[in-house]
Amino acid sequence: MSSLLRIIAQRLLLGVLTLFIVSIIIFTAVNMLPGDFAQAILGQSATDEAVAAIRRDLGLDQPPITRYWVWLTDTLSGDLGTSFAQANFASFTGSETGGGTTVMAQIAPRFENTLFLAGVTALIAVPFAVGLGILAALFRNSAFDKGSNMFALTSISSPEFFVAYILILFLAVLNPILPSLSNIYEGMGFGERLQKTLLPALTLTLVVTAHMMRMTRAAIISLLASPYIEMARLKGMKPMRVIVHHALPNALAPIINVVALNLAYLITGVVVVEVVFVYPGIGQLFVDSVKIRDIPVVQACCLIFAAAYILLNLMADILSILSNPRLRHPK
Amino acid sequence: MSDVLLTIRDLKIEGRSDEEWMPIINGIDLTLHKGEVLGLIGESGAGKSTVGLAAMGYTRDGVRISGGSVEFDGVDLVNAPLMKKRALLGKRIAYVAQSAAASFNPAHKIIDQHTEGPVRHGVMSEGESARDAMDLYERLRLPNPEEIGFRYPHQVSGGQLQRAMTAMAMSCRPDLIIFDEPTTALDVTTQIEVLAAIRDIVDQFGTAAIYITHDLAVVAQMADRIKVLLKGDEVEEAPTREMLDHPQEEYTRSLWAVRSFKRPAKPVPAGDATPVLSVQNVDASYGVTQVLFDVSFDIHQGRTVAVVGESGSGKSTTARCITGLLPPTSGVIQLDGEDLPLDYRKRSKDQLRQVQMIYQMADTALNPQKTIGEIIGRPVEFYMGLRGKARRDRVAELLNEIEMPPEQYIDRLPSELSGGQKQRVGIARALAAEPKFIICDEVTSALDQLVAEGILKLLARLQDDLKLSYMFITHDLATVRAIADEVVVMKDGEVVEQGPKADMFKPPHHPYTDLLLSSVPEMDPDWLTNLLEARGRENIGDAAVGRMDD
Amino acid sequence: MSVLVWIAAILAALLAGGWAFRFAGQTATGNKPYFRDMPFAVAFGYVAAAAAILGGLWLWFQPGAVFFRWAVQGFVISAIAAFIFRLAGRHVGTEGTRKMFRQMPLTAAFGILVILIYAVLAIFAGVIAPYEQAQVFTGVNILPGGDPATGGDPAHPLGTDQIGRDLLTRLIYGAQNTVGIAFVTTCLAFLLGGTFGFLAAVIGGWLDNVLSRMVDVLMAIPSLIFALLLMTIASAWAGSQQWLLTIYMILIIAVIDSTRVFRLARAVGQNIVVMDYIEAAKLRGEGMSYLIFKEVLPNATAPLLAEFGLRFCFVFLTIAALSFLGVGIQPPLADWGTMVRDLAQFINFAQFSPLAAALPLMAAGAIALLTVAVNFVVDWMLHRSSGLKD
Repeated sequence: MSSLLRIIAQRLLLGVLTLFIVSIIIFTAVNMLPGDFAQAILGQSATDEAVAAIRRDLGLDQPPITRYWVWLTDTLSGDLGTSFAQANFASFTGSETGGGTTVMAQIAPRFENTLFLAGVTALIAVPFAVGLGILAALFRNSAFDKGSNMFALTSISSPEFFVAYILILFLAVLNPILPSLSNIYEGMGFGERLQKTLLPALTLTLVVTAHMMRMTRAAIISLLASPYIEMARLKGMKPMRVIVHHALPNALAPIINVVALNLAYLITGVVVVEVVFVYPGIGQLFVDSVKIRDIPVVQACCLIFAAAYILLNLMADILSILSNPRLRHPK
Repeated sequence: MSDVLLTIRDLKIEGRSDEEWMPIINGIDLTLHKGEVLGLIGESGAGKSTVGLAAMGYTRDGVRISGGSVEFDGVDLVNAPLMKKRALLGKRIAYVAQSAAASFNPAHKIIDQHTEGPVRHGVMSEGESARDAMDLYERLRLPNPEEIGFRYPHQVSGGQLQRAMTAMAMSCRPDLIIFDEPTTALDVTTQIEVLAAIRDIVDQFGTAAIYITHDLAVVAQMADRIKVLLKGDEVEEAPTREMLDHPQEEYTRSLWAVRSFKRPAKPVPAGDATPVLSVQNVDASYGVTQVLFDVSFDIHQGRTVAVVGESGSGKSTTARCITGLLPPTSGVIQLDGEDLPLDYRKRSKDQLRQVQMIYQMADTALNPQKTIGEIIGRPVEFYMGLRGKARRDRVAELLNEIEMPPEQYIDRLPSELSGGQKQRVGIARALAAEPKFIICDEVTSALDQLVAEGILKLLARLQDDLKLSYMFITHDLATVRAIADEVVVMKDGEVVEQGPKADMFKPPHHPYTDLLLSSVPEMDPDWLTNLLEARGRENIGDAAVGRMDD
Repeated sequence: MSVLVWIAAILAALLAGGWAFRFAGQTATGNKPYFRDMPFAVAFGYVAAAAAILGGLWLWFQPGAVFFRWAVQGFVISAIAAFIFRLAGRHVGTEGTRKMFRQMPLTAAFGILVILIYAVLAIFAGVIAPYEQAQVFTGVNILPGGDPATGGDPAHPLGTDQIGRDLLTRLIYGAQNTVGIAFVTTCLAFLLGGTFGFLAAVIGGWLDNVLSRMVDVLMAIPSLIFALLLMTIASAWAGSQQWLLTIYMILIIAVIDSTRVFRLARAVGQNIVVMDYIEAAKLRGEGMSYLIFKEVLPNATAPLLAEFGLRFCFVFLTIAALSFLGVGIQPPLADWGTMVRDLAQFINFAQFSPLAAALPLMAAGAIALLTVAVNFVVDWMLHRSSGLKD
């Protein structure tokens, strides 16, 4: 048991370390911007004093390591800084307090929305995909298996926006069942919110289901050739019991991994889908900030995405270690 | 004939390859009476496992029964409804697979897998079945019968698992058990325990059995009757003693004869002759674990030293030390009286050339993307500097040497050769370097007996022609008898005993050598009974098991 | 709510139908093994498939189901084209290719056909396209179809976009730009990731450790996010020089993607390195370059080729997504991702003019079609090389 705890502790530590290095990479990348943000905002005609003022205001006159340290400690204490777009305005008007919106205030509600979207998607996609994968493994090489394989390949291959527009076309425009724009606001009822989230969630479901389904099917089928499955059959067990009781527990590790991988993929997919449906999530904020080069927001979004991604992979790792009887019950 | 349990009539089985159905079994008849044990023997590809599974009305994916009938106690297993067939499987016909480690589900405890059959078939309740399991474990002489079932398969050793699987097959008290090579994956000393346990329990419950194996000596201990298969056809069938004493068919006789290939040991060299290869006081470790302890032996020109031991005894590690892949932590390795650098990277091209190696798995020893000509031609070019026609001629010469016509084989890929041919190509590649000394690492253990015999004869002839020295790593004492001049017995990384072959097969021995030697099955059907009596029943349960199964 | 009730009712009807179908089969055939041993799920599957076909037929004759009819027609035409292509492949060419076509499933034949068409379009875009890719015409937002009665123009068979550029021309040039750039990027990623991956596998030790840890860290950032972040910086570096931004994009995506290639090349390499024939070559005294080029690489081509297809799809989709978000391939280069974004609002006119709604779908479909095709081919290759009968 202690070896198991040690492995898990190792993974956790490794996760934290990775996140730390990732934060350095993000910070360094952002600091590779040519010239200076202050200059970029104010343009070529700005006076040196104005530029210097903004620099001081944003802390840009400090050496990089100090700035990284300040950024890191602030981030850890929940302060993600001030959005440049607003900071610029604040310091330009000479206000000492800086009336800009904090990045935190911008991100928090949107992050919640994104989590809601990803959650709804996961709730639909995971059971659907794993169930479909088990069925495809059970009836392998049947018309059903081949059909679902073709469907899976097609939806894996399609860009998210293609799936999104097809769904909009059929479910929103031609048959107005669901709204095509997800204008979510605070204080909205749960039912209404769910209804408006459904179309983006369905899009993401289609995108991630295929991969999970194929991997579930492959994981189970690769086990079906193993001697203990033959043994179960030769003990006269029914096909469903062979799959569910004998194959599935051993396929858990690859299935957990692929589920986590796809939930992590949702993070990427969310960006495009949120843009298509004008869903007020963190992905859309990220894209908008990228376009106007609002560095603190870009930096914070990147860090959040990376953290979520690392966390999911870490969970997959730990869960698949836990699902392995060899590690759970050492000799 | 009311006591007939299983009748197979004109059974034909086909397998799917490249979108075509090819015959695997071409019409086999088989009758099994209640309580009888039938031995099914044949080389790989004979279709013995396929027949064994078909006796349960089961075929693997991509295989189908295309004709004939399988009748078990009045039920036609080929045409029975699936439900009816499933009700028989596990309950009245049970199966014991080759590798118990792979055939137990790693996700469930042994006892849960044991009780699954009785509970699902409605034979016993879970509690009853669990108590019964412990009783069976006790009868099969498993240590800690009360507790062992609550372990996971990976926590139990191979020999014990094989017995636990036999117990599982017995869980519903079936009328028939199919044993599919149950001891092939085990070491010889463990094999004895499993064989004895299986024989006893089958005897006690009067269960009929089909015992599938490629090992004649094993089947001689277990079966009442023997049926010999060759490429999907029956060769002959007779009661065990009759079959052993008077085989009728040419093929059967040739199988019997394999075991008698023995070449006389060469005279002991003069005491002052410099050995070709000398291993002196070698220690080696993987990381911090020391795996070799003070290993020393000499190999003289034109002689074969067999290094014998069970898996984990350090024989392959010794080979890795000699080749320099695993530099020893201390000790000396000498070639022709001169020290070899311990790391192969520091050895000269000529030193590398003098020590060649032939591998156990010819499949992984030959690059699948290269033709036979390229594989053998590379060392010819690399060491001898031959190119173009000279190289091609030399390759042809080598192919002739290994009895494979060059014009037919030189442009083939390894995948187009049989296992024995691949092994011959491996030999030719070693010969191409014109070495003094060749390490043969279990070169025959993956091959069928007849093919293995051919390889051994080839190696013996080459030794005589080219004055080669061999180090022959093997776990099979029959091979040692056949080819060795001297024997080195290893256990747990140490040399237990060494000396000329003649001495080794004559007592007195080191106790381990004794155990090893006496555990090799012999063709005499009474061998196992006699051996067990000689060792004393009680002894088996404790001493040997304790040693092997830790 | 009524939708859910409908679904439940249909499901119940199908379940009952499945049971009835199996029962009818058993009685009609006198309990033949096929029906006797049929699991209920299979019977249900048959009935559901029959219901789906009937439903499709009904939908076909609905006046509003224009898109459904288009989809079915497209599907049937693709299948026929693939079939003819495969038939041709079985009778033309060398013995080797003919054998290949004989074993090929229809999906793979379709994939190869599509890839060939795209390749021809991409290479000869300048010859095939009727106009220049940046040429602007007076007719704005002309509908596709080429029929003046429905708002088309014979001079622009696929219509024009919001500033009057010919869409057929831009679709064809899009093949050149989008596919070409993705192809170059993938090659670059393979060169980078493949080289380091094999080196890590063959040399091992500290080099393997350092490279693997670096890749682990880079892979801990989701690739699209990382690409977006770096593109922000690159766009600042590039300033007003749009072509420079495209170059940066190629480099950025190639580096990000090479981490995935590295992982695969290393894994494949390690599987080969443990083989006895590598040990034999090492003991013979062979040098590093002989080991990599003569022993390892020839055995790694099959998995690497399949991976190339998959990586290409991934890169292609990433570039399309970046362009769709407005930070990828820059105007005046025609590009499918940008086209989808520019034309997206037409989808809302689907009820009044299906042709208008088809505009953005054409560009998005062009992306999907190519990735589907590549995936079909890769799937077949993997299936073939794994030798699985399942």
